Amino acid sequence: MFAFILRRLLQSVVVMLVVALIAFLIFRYVGDPIVSMVGVETRIEDQEVMRDRLGLNDPFYAQFWTFLTNAVRGEFGISYRLQQPVLRLISERLPATLELAFVSAMLALVMGVLLGIYTALKSRSALSGIIMAGSLVGVSLPTFLIGIGLIYVFAVELQWLPSFGRGDTVQIGAWRTGFLTETGLKSLILPAITLSLFQMTLIMRLVRAEMLEVLRTDYIRFARARGLPERVINFRHALKNTLVPVITITGLQLGAVIAFAIVTETVFQWPGVGSLFITSVQAVDVPVMAAYLMFIAFVFVLINLIVDILYYLVDPRLRVDGRSGGH
Amino acid sequence: MTIRLTHICALLLATSAMTAPASAETIRWAKAADATTLDPHAQNLGTNHNFLHHIYETLVNRDVAGTLIPRLATDWAIKDGAPNVWVFKLREGVKFHDGADFTAEDVVFSLDRARTEKSNMRQLHVGIDKVVAVDDLTVEVHMKGPSPLYPNNLTNTFIMDKGWAEANDVVEVQDYAAGAENYAVRNTNGTGAYTLTSREVDVRSVMTAFDGHWDDKPAVTEIVYLPISENATRIAALLSGEVDFVQDVPVQDVTRLQSSAGITVTTGPENRVIYFGYRFGDEPLKSSNIKDSNPFNNPLVREAVHLAVDRDAIQSVVMRGQSIPAGVAMPPFVNGWTEELDAYAAPDVEKAKALLAEAGYPDGFTVTLDTPNNRYVNDEAISQAIVGMLGRIGIQVTLASRPVAQHSPLIQSNETDFYMLGWGVPTFDSAYVFNDLVHSKQGSYGAYNGGLYSNPELDAKIESLGSEVDLEKRNATIAEIWAKVQADRVLLPIHNQVLAYAAREGVGIAVHPENQPLMMDVTISK
Repeated sequence: MFAFILRRLLQSVVVMLVVALIAFLIFRYVGDPIVSMVGVETRIEDQEVMRDRLGLNDPFYAQFWTFLTNAVRGEFGISYRLQQPVLRLISERLPATLELAFVSAMLALVMGVLLGIYTALKSRSALSGIIMAGSLVGVSLPTFLIGIGLIYVFAVELQWLPSFGRGDTVQIGAWRTGFLTETGLKSLILPAITLSLFQMTLIMRLVRAEMLEVLRTDYIRFARARGLPERVINFRHALKNTLVPVITITGLQLGAVIAFAIVTETVFQWPGVGSLFITSVQAVDVPVMAAYLMFIAFVFVLINLIVDILYYLVDPRLRVDGRSGGH
Repeated sequence: MTIRLTHICALLLATSAMTAPASAETIRWAKAADATTLDPHAQNLGTNHNFLHHIYETLVNRDVAGTLIPRLATDWAIKDGAPNVWVFKLREGVKFHDGADFTAEDVVFSLDRARTEKSNMRQLHVGIDKVVAVDDLTVEVHMKGPSPLYPNNLTNTFIMDKGWAEANDVVEVQDYAAGAENYAVRNTNGTGAYTLTSREVDVRSVMTAFDGHWDDKPAVTEIVYLPISENATRIAALLSGEVDFVQDVPVQDVTRLQSSAGITVTTGPENRVIYFGYRFGDEPLKSSNIKDSNPFNNPLVREAVHLAVDRDAIQSVVMRGQSIPAGVAMPPFVNGWTEELDAYAAPDVEKAKALLAEAGYPDGFTVTLDTPNNRYVNDEAISQAIVGMLGRIGIQVTLASRPVAQHSPLIQSNETDFYMLGWGVPTFDSAYVFNDLVHSKQGSYGAYNGGLYSNPELDAKIESLGSEVDLEKRNATIAEIWAKVQADRVLLPIHNQVLAYAAREGVGIAVHPENQPLMMDVTISK
């Protein structure tokens, strides 16, 4: 068990290093940070002085090494665009992204499972047809359009919900939450729906397919033959067996929701790390981009590590395999 | 009895709460981007200046017509008998937000700070030899040579309190490489009409009217500044009544907003001309099929291109009417602009083809056009239109479109054959255009002359502008230079950008040529 975790940890470190390396290779092609830092009116000589001071003229491997040595000490430098420490910028904005990700993941899970069960049980009803057709829209329409559409209907035309931002927030320690105010909760609705739509469709279709499969199995038929009530068969026996893959997918998708909230955050001017990343890319704010990519890599590595460990605990075959040392 | 007392108290409270905010007005101001730093001398960016004009103040300022007006300086003139010295008389009784008095020492400190190596405002003040406080309310700026237009450079240089800067260790501007954050990046102490109440970067900033300000109290007593980067969301926020004023209105939304009830749209010319530049010199173009000569070096070819471009079509189709077609590469407020210079001939494809044939390119040629795609209004679409228009006379243009962070270096390192650029003139004087776009690339001149145009005769004339004190003579030289630039078709001007502001009805905001609307000038009617 210990050797297994240690091996996984070592692999994680390698993954992080590779992500950092690729990120730095890409940064060379995103443009010149100086241009966005100073505006057109700054003299070329001044720009050259600045470039030198920031070490942008150093060779790629030197820049990469400086970044690594600083990152190990937890120093990610000062944002070129905002002149503030990168670590503080990211940690200030993280709560917004996490709250949004949490709410949309819950929404996707609850709605996805409920709709999945319904469409599986009543697969021939008209409503199921409508839900299935509607779910196609959820997968095929880009997030951007869904967001703009929701804003148009609920903010501009009906004026029920705010079109942008996070509303009023409450600071609790280092965490700034929008859960405790009315405007904060209202502001959460549209972005959460937008972000959850894709995952919701995914979970719904997964649950439906698994459910249909399970409902055809022998033990369900025997349960029916025994005269158990439909409710017990469907929810206690069938649903339980469909949930294993659903939980795996949801866990993995949580990482995706955090990482890919970028578009939703931009459309709704949601002050999370995703919109910070987009503005940083536009401004070629290398320190923020580097730190963000490392953070996202870390999230994925962490989730995968937990999943690996869980499998190890759940699946005895892995354990036997681990003891013999082979792979 | 006690119950009755609380009732009365509650009633009293309720009435006072109802009457108190009658004179208070909040404006919710949405913009595409947030100010990046609050340090007034750290970055020379319009968005930052716009934000800081509410908190800090400058010696002189520019009104919406583009003329200089007094602010912290009440009077300024060249010193008698000393043509290199500007004398500024300062306003009396001005206080900083923390209560400190505003004196000449603060001006000396701020101008010196703005001139330091790490300041991005320094190029505006490179001509300064030294700044001297004569008495509490008089400052002398000693220039290295005659600088008749120096006050034009002061409209975005803010005055900080020397004592505050020393107390908070912000005598120096933020150093990126140092890794430590400067106090002035997030804290302010100006003399401006508003104090900063709260600020969350990229989310919202709140400013409240400063009671101790020297000027009349503004109609707007509270500003809520809301950066919304997505165009559609920003407009939606105005339509849904969540903001009162949108500064960056995309051209495609102007017509729709004009017809929306309860919303007024104001448009006006911006101080920014969009033009195309050519590669000069005998060396063949890298991106062209003509391998033995440089077509663009031939004035006939440039004249042909000039005639092939249909500026009115670009205005009506690409810009949906939201631009002012231009025949000269400078905005109309700039000293040196005339109607004759700005006139342009109607497009004439036949004549353009004939000129190309005369120049020795009867079958045209190929070339790559470098265009930014996120810097100017519809920049890429304008370039696409140019591709089509030049195609009609046989010039096959390939479009290379890049974000501005990648486009700008091409021009600075002279790696482009044909490029789009937008140019603003913060000094409102032609010399600014000549220095950077027309003068040969040498020393501090010709920084954005990416095509390496070079004319020694013009260079000499341009250099003479910097020290000419006789304004009439100077203006004559400016006219001579423009005549040559136009005759030579050195630059291919397309249009001046138009700014559009949209606000809820009742909010009166005039369009500022430098896109710096000031909330203290806003009028509010019910």
